[in-house]
Amino acid sequence: MQPRTLYDKLWDSHLVKQRDDGSALIYIDRHLIHEVTSPQAFEGLSLAGRKPWRLDANLAVPDHNVSTDPEERKGGYAQMKDEVSRIQLQTLDDNCERFGIREIALNDRRQGIVHVIGPETGAVLPGMTVVCGDSHTSTHGAFGCLAHGIGTSEVEHVLATQCLVTPRMKNMLVRVDGRLGAGVSAKDLVLAVIGRIGTAGGTGYALEFGGEAVRELSMEGRMTLCNMAIEAGARAGLVGVDEKTIAYVQGREFAPRGAQFEQAAATWRGLVSDPGAVFDRVVELRAEDIEPQVSWGNSPEMVSAVSATVPDPGAIADAERRAGVARALEYMGLRPGMPIGDIRVDRVFIGSCTNSRIEDLRAAAAVAAGRRKADSVKQVLVVPGSGQVKAQAEAEGLDRIFREAGFEWREPGCSMCLAMNADKLLPGEHCASTSNRNFEGRQGHGGRTHLVSPAMAAAAAVAGHFVDVRQMMNG
Amino acid sequence: MRAFTTHCGIVAPLDRANVDTDLIIPKQFLKSIRRSGFGPNLFDALRYLDEGVPDADCSARPLNPEFVLNQPRYRGASILLARQNFGCGSSREHAPWALDDYGFRAVIAPSFADIFFNNCFKNGLLPIVLDTEIVDSLFRQVEATGGYTLTVDLPAQVVVLPDGTRHGFAIDAFRKHCLLHGLDDIGLTLQEADAIRAFEARQRVESPWLQGA
Repeated sequence: MQPRTLYDKLWDSHLVKQRDDGSALIYIDRHLIHEVTSPQAFEGLSLAGRKPWRLDANLAVPDHNVSTDPEERKGGYAQMKDEVSRIQLQTLDDNCERFGIREIALNDRRQGIVHVIGPETGAVLPGMTVVCGDSHTSTHGAFGCLAHGIGTSEVEHVLATQCLVTPRMKNMLVRVDGRLGAGVSAKDLVLAVIGRIGTAGGTGYALEFGGEAVRELSMEGRMTLCNMAIEAGARAGLVGVDEKTIAYVQGREFAPRGAQFEQAAATWRGLVSDPGAVFDRVVELRAEDIEPQVSWGNSPEMVSAVSATVPDPGAIADAERRAGVARALEYMGLRPGMPIGDIRVDRVFIGSCTNSRIEDLRAAAAVAAGRRKADSVKQVLVVPGSGQVKAQAEAEGLDRIFREAGFEWREPGCSMCLAMNADKLLPGEHCASTSNRNFEGRQGHGGRTHLVSPAMAAAAAVAGHFVDVRQMMNG
Repeated sequence: MRAFTTHCGIVAPLDRANVDTDLIIPKQFLKSIRRSGFGPNLFDALRYLDEGVPDADCSARPLNPEFVLNQPRYRGASILLARQNFGCGSSREHAPWALDDYGFRAVIAPSFADIFFNNCFKNGLLPIVLDTEIVDSLFRQVEATGGYTLTVDLPAQVVVLPDGTRHGFAIDAFRKHCLLHGLDDIGLTLQEADAIRAFEARQRVESPWLQGA
């Protein structure tokens, strides 16, 4: 047999039917559901008189709209201040009950961001096809899954048929040789990749990350990488399975046990690209070249090393790009040529499906320990990705470190990544954010987002402006 | 789904690359549990001078006169001319719903983000990829000519300019078929129910851990 990429293997093992017109039916093993992109799908199902094809393939959780305020959370939906959000959350509960879909409800200790709890509960396993009405479903590719976001019509399609009609993607490999330096994380790596290939660089591809630096990453780090594959335009990110993957999965609530686990693990070990497999595009980076990153514009590709300066549109030859950079600097209120380190931050957000896992909180806490947020910083939100992450962090005393540093310790949810709840920026405010998108208004109308790693976010909170976290580690 | 065959309409130019779905329809409007009514909030942050809130009466809000859709010459536009990587970011289908609700039937750009591109077809909104040079030329013509219209002929897979120039575009055969006939693809997939069941039966033997947990 021809050597195959990991994507090719996942495609081949889930192909239900290749139709004569070139379209293909792919079987979906796991469908994750949240409150924002599902109500219209359930409504469509009802209107057509259809039922879910296979109930146990679905797992629902509220995350986008939920309050992260511990006081507001205590009373459940009844106490929610935002009536429009409350209705949407209640609709998820009602739909799950009506159709018989398993839901991890608001104040269940396992509740959290859908892309955190999927792997954490073992609902997502290596080799699965995983979809969700959320573009950051690419996260699950860290487990050797074919995982990507879908729209609401496809949510309905998957509910009704357990399949997706989808074109085959091309294969891209981003190979990162060497080792990341101390203080440089998976977030810096993926921002550097996006800076290199651009936000459309991966369009049409399944983007596999490989090389020594990727193998060295923990599962949390690999999830951060794959999470942001979509910011490079690739619907699906991928990392091949290794012993770290298998060790992470073992013992999780929905994972197989005993002899079946061993049987599964034997299969999972084959979920790697074969030697000699052909990729349509290969991009190579050296890990040692990557510094902590800070985004300065309104697209994740508008990113620089923390030691760099804000670009000068006048020096950009391409007219479309020049206009884009000039527009971004105006929106962001930045001067061409100013050092990144001179950008002052008003708020800091540590959380999101990109960076809210235990390792992320440990990295932020290591910087915050024994320090305090700068007086000029109005708020530092730390929002754990799930109830389990929160409990683990509290067991390790991280919550105490954050509180002593003047940071706020919140309940799990998507929070200020997309600001559908009360956690948002005011117009003109700059935010050091561990989230994934720096689009205009993403974190609040007129808000200015700078994407960074958890350690860099904590460092900015302490300094009041961007600073190379490696200097704080040495001191 | 509404069928798409041939459409002739006024073209509005949105001269900006990497237009993301947050810009097309900001998140506060995603709290709706309905599929319609997003048109008044299409491009909300660009279109109005104040901050949009769900369920507000948009007719009373201050318009940004600079924004292209607020200019009288583009009133009633049904074809959006855009730049590269249109629709990047979030998977929210509210983006094509908002474009459709506003009255757009087609979007022309040099490239689209994958999820947005796919979502358009589910809603009878046709995304058309044309070469960058052709799109550049269309921008120049639209801006120079009041009431500029294009005709999109899906059966022939061409965009026809006012002077009769024709630019062909590619479309996958299945998507074209569904659009032309306004087909519900769930119904089509359910015709393959036996193949799906056979797949499941095979998977239960080969990978028993994948079902039932």
